[in-house]
Parts: sequence; C-alpha cells; structure tokens
Amino acid sequence: MGKLKYALFTGCTAKQSTPEQMMSTMAVAKKLDIELIELTEASCCGASHLQDYDDFLSLVLNARNIAYAEKHELTMVTICNTCQLNTAMTKHRLDNNAELKAKVNEKLAEVGLEYKGTSLVTHFLYAIIDDFGLDKIKEMVVKPLNRFNIAPFYGCHNIRPSELQNESHKKKENPYNPTSLDDLIIACGGVNVDYEEKNKCCGFHVELQAPHTAAVLSGTAIAGATDQNADMMVTPCPLCHLKLDTQTKHSSEAIGREVSLPVLHMQQMIGLALGCTSEELGLKHHVTEVGFA
Amino acid sequence: MSTSTITTQKVNFKVFRFNADEDYLPYYEDYSMDVTSEEVVLDILNRIKWDHDGSFSYRRSCRHGICGACAIKVNGRSTLACKESMSTMIEYFGNELTIEPLSTKRAVKDMIIDKADFWDKHESVNPYLVADIDEAPTCENLVSLHEAEELNEADLCIQCGACHYACPVTEVNEDFFGPAAFAAAYRFESDIRDSDTDRLKAVNEEKQGVWDCVKCYECAEVCPKEINPIEKITKLHQMSFTSGIAKSNVATRHAVGFKNSIEKHGVLDEGQLVLYSEGPGIVKHIPVALKMFKKGKIIMPWNMPKSDNLDEIQKLVKSSSTAKF
Repeated sequence: MGKLKYALFTGCTAKQSTPEQMMSTMAVAKKLDIELIELTEASCCGASHLQDYDDFLSLVLNARNIAYAEKHELTMVTICNTCQLNTAMTKHRLDNNAELKAKVNEKLAEVGLEYKGTSLVTHFLYAIIDDFGLDKIKEMVVKPLNRFNIAPFYGCHNIRPSELQNESHKKKENPYNPTSLDDLIIACGGVNVDYEEKNKCCGFHVELQAPHTAAVLSGTAIAGATDQNADMMVTPCPLCHLKLDTQTKHSSEAIGREVSLPVLHMQQMIGLALGCTSEELGLKHHVTEVGFA
Repeated sequence: MSTSTITTQKVNFKVFRFNADEDYLPYYEDYSMDVTSEEVVLDILNRIKWDHDGSFSYRRSCRHGICGACAIKVNGRSTLACKESMSTMIEYFGNELTIEPLSTKRAVKDMIIDKADFWDKHESVNPYLVADIDEAPTCENLVSLHEAEELNEADLCIQCGACHYACPVTEVNEDFFGPAAFAAAYRFESDIRDSDTDRLKAVNEEKQGVWDCVKCYECAEVCPKEINPIEKITKLHQMSFTSGIAKSNVATRHAVGFKNSIEKHGVLDEGQLVLYSEGPGIVKHIPVALKMFKKGKIIMPWNMPKSDNLDEIQKLVKSSSTAKF
C-alpha cells in the first residue's frame, strides 16, 4: 500500500470551538503516515442551516469546496458528520442531475472553477476503516485502552440517510445497528459499550431555537451510556462533541439527573491507543475533564 | 418456476403485550418460530395470533403497503409490517427480535395504539386542497407535468405514522407537528392549485413548526413509501423565506446568519452566529461560553480565521443567492 493522501476539509469548528479535534486529526495522521492536504480555500458547508435558507447557494459553495479537492485529484476527507452530509449530498445531487450541475458550474465558472464529480467525499472514520484498515491500527496500538468501557456515539449525519451515506464508503453501515465506531474501539483495545442511544440524535442543531429538546436528547444519550457502565464516550462528530461535552449542566437539568462523561473525538481515542500525548491530542480543551489520560 | 431457494431460520421474538382495560403494566411474551425468507413481519403477527394466542391484537387491512394500518416497531425501528421482509429484519438485527407498537406509551392493546396525537397534528396543517373552484368550468384545469413534479411524491404518504413515532422531537415536545404532518403540509403548499394562507404560517410557528426539527433523518430512514419527510421540511423552510412569511426569530436568523458569516469570512464565525441569532438573548449563553473560553474553545474576533481566496466566495454569494430575508 502506497502512502495514503487525502484533501482535508476541516470544517469550521476544528478551527474554533474544537481545536483539540484539529490537533488530534493531525497527530493521528502523522502516526498513521497519512498525508492530509488542508483545503484552506474551503468555505463553511452551511451546516444544513444555510440549506434551509438558500438551497442553490449552498450547492454552489459546497461544489466549490469539492472542486478544490478535485484540483488536487484527491478524495476529500471530512472530520465532521454534518460537513460530510452536506458535501456528500451536494455531490450526489450534482452527479445525478446534469441540469443542476450545469447551473452550478455556470456560477463556478465566474471564479474559474468547475465541479467535475471526480473526487470522492468520505469521513475520516471510513477512510481509516476502508483504506488504512483496522487490523493495521490494531498492530500499531501501544497503549491498549482495555481498562475502559467506551460508548460509541455515531452522530446522525454519518449514518443517515443510509442510502446516501453508504455511497461514500466501502464498508456498508446499518443505521439501526452501526458497527464502524464499535470496531474502531475494539481495534484500539477498548471495550465497546452497547446502549440504546448510540445511533440517536444529540440535539445540537436546535440548541438555539429549541434548547429543551436539545438538552433532553443529549442528556438521555449521556445517561444511556452511563447506565451501561461507560467510562467515556467517543464520537466522530465535533458537533455531537460540543453538545455532549460542553452542555452537561443543561442536559442534567433537562432530564432531572446529573450526567457527565468524558467525551473523546474519534481521533483522540486512536491517538491515545497509538501513544500520542494528551498535549498532542488537546485533551486540555475539553469542558468535561478527561481525567484518565 | 422461481430459482431462488427459500431458507428457514429460528428467530426468538419478544413481543410487547398490554391490555389497557386489564393490565396495570405491559409485559413481554416470548415466542420462538421458524421463519422463512419469504415472510414479511405481518406474517409473524398473524402466526402469533393464529398459532399461539388468539387475543393478540394488531391493526391490519390491505396487506399491500397502501392502507398504512400495520406499522409497528421491530427492535425500535418503525416498520410497515406488511411490506418489511423478515430477511431484512434478521439482517439488521439478528435472530433476537423485539416486536412493539409504534409508541409503547400510547398502547391500547398490544400493537394497537391511540394515534389521536398523529391525527390532530395532521389536521392542524389543513391537509386538503384549498382552492376557489369554478363550479361550471369551460375547460379542464390542467396541471403540467413539471408542476405536478413539484409535489416530490409527498402525495404518496399513507399516514402510517412510522416517521411520526420515529421522530425524537415528537417524543420530547408534544406540540411538534412531526414529519408526517409536515410532509402533508408540503404536499398542498407545493400544489399549484392551492391558495391556503394559514398552512405555511402554522408550520412556521415556534415549538410546533418546522424550526424545531433536529435534522436527524430518522423520518427519511423509516418511511416505507420513501417520501423523505425531512426533504419536505427543508423545502417548507425555504418556502417560508421565499413567500416572505418567515418571521425574524432565533431560528430564522440562525439560518440566515450562515450566509452572512460565509460572505464575511468564508468559514462560519461561531460567536457572531450565536449573537446574530439570539440578539439580547445571548446573555443566557454566557456561563457556558465562559467555560469554553477557559478551555481555549472561543477565539477572539481579531483572530477569526478566513478562507483563502475569500474574494471567490464573496463573488459567488453575490451571484448565486436566491433568497432574501
């Protein structure tokens, strides 16, 4: 296998509210000898909110982001579930609708760009599973996480709608019984925790307009993991991470029960198992203390 | 003659039982059966009733995925019993399957639930054509193919309730209309002949309306008719802007704020988005913001990152925008 190389779409939170996600992505890529070319020209994906306001604009902007990955002739790797959804959905719609693609390209031509449809778009989790391989991760583990019960929190926008999501990666994921993150936990030597909320919604997207709904959903998820003896949660999505890590006070109030668990980004969990330091993984940036590393 | 082989395997079922007239609490009954690859979930419900317990109750009628009566949950997943093959269920969940009604808290008898909340919400969106009809037309009222396509198959909904009781928001917020009602609203809002003025307003109201959708895509995943309710919810969001009825509130500003931010920085300015969306209401976020600040999770405005080639993004935002607020 030659050296793996991807175009990295960091998304917005990696540069702002989840700096630890950016740090751990780069640290893990270095350990795995994966080359990530950051798409510094990329804009926000619209986070499925711009899509509520101006669908066409969101298509043009996301097509522009993919066009930059195409310029590098690389697969685009995302590190946020919502970036993944919006980018993959744009790709799907343009690749299946020549008229729409032409309209979008008419706009992109104004800035000298073209969306061709030649780059794949996949989340880092699936790039690792499909291209790098969990067996290889397993071999590289120097600090197995076998003391820990780890609860996977998949995040909606990596597993639903499954038809779209399964276009983006080789290993098919069942939205009702997803296994990718469980498999990754096991590869890192951890004990995967099964609980009802692992494939449910964290509520992040309505945190401003429906704070009670959002807090009940995140609180229920943390409680579900806690009740199955989880020591920590792990997620591939920085938005789920923000909801589960920073909002525990609201979540606890909403469900009438004190809940709080350390939440790792998927990259941090891999990094810990591969021997990265807590500084390299940015563990100090968590609001809910990660006390074990 | 079919060339496919019929296979049989043993499946253990845990079946929800409850009779509101007699039972204080629900319980689960275990049944073990040999299931063939040809069977659908409804066949299992029939076999429980016919072979094991005649009192077992469930709704069924057409057996052709049209009447919407037989929706239940298998291992927590909403499913239309007459359409869902047992092979798929076994592939999804293995050989230990739990059969429950769509909503256990609304159970009346076994699989039969009180769907009043579903129908009340359905009714709230005026799920019918509102039009001034010329009672003596001189010619047909033609709807073009293109206009008919605007419905995006929302008219195929059979009101089975699979999405409604899969939606996490309807579970938490009893005012929320839910994906089926929104799909019904969209079906008539997208109909060229319709002139209702209240429907779109109703689906825009806080708490009950589309703005409380969490975007989890559970509804799209479960719909047995592949109607994709969240796509209709997104279109209702867009319609509320294009029609000009979107009020300025935290939810609408949250959507518009993304455009403002992208135009300025290319990337999202998280702090500014919250400020723009909340207005003075931002004060309630201060305690969490302080915690985040201490952990290096909030960057100062003067350190706000910008996309490279920002001029391209700004040009595209100008030339490609299609909505106004």
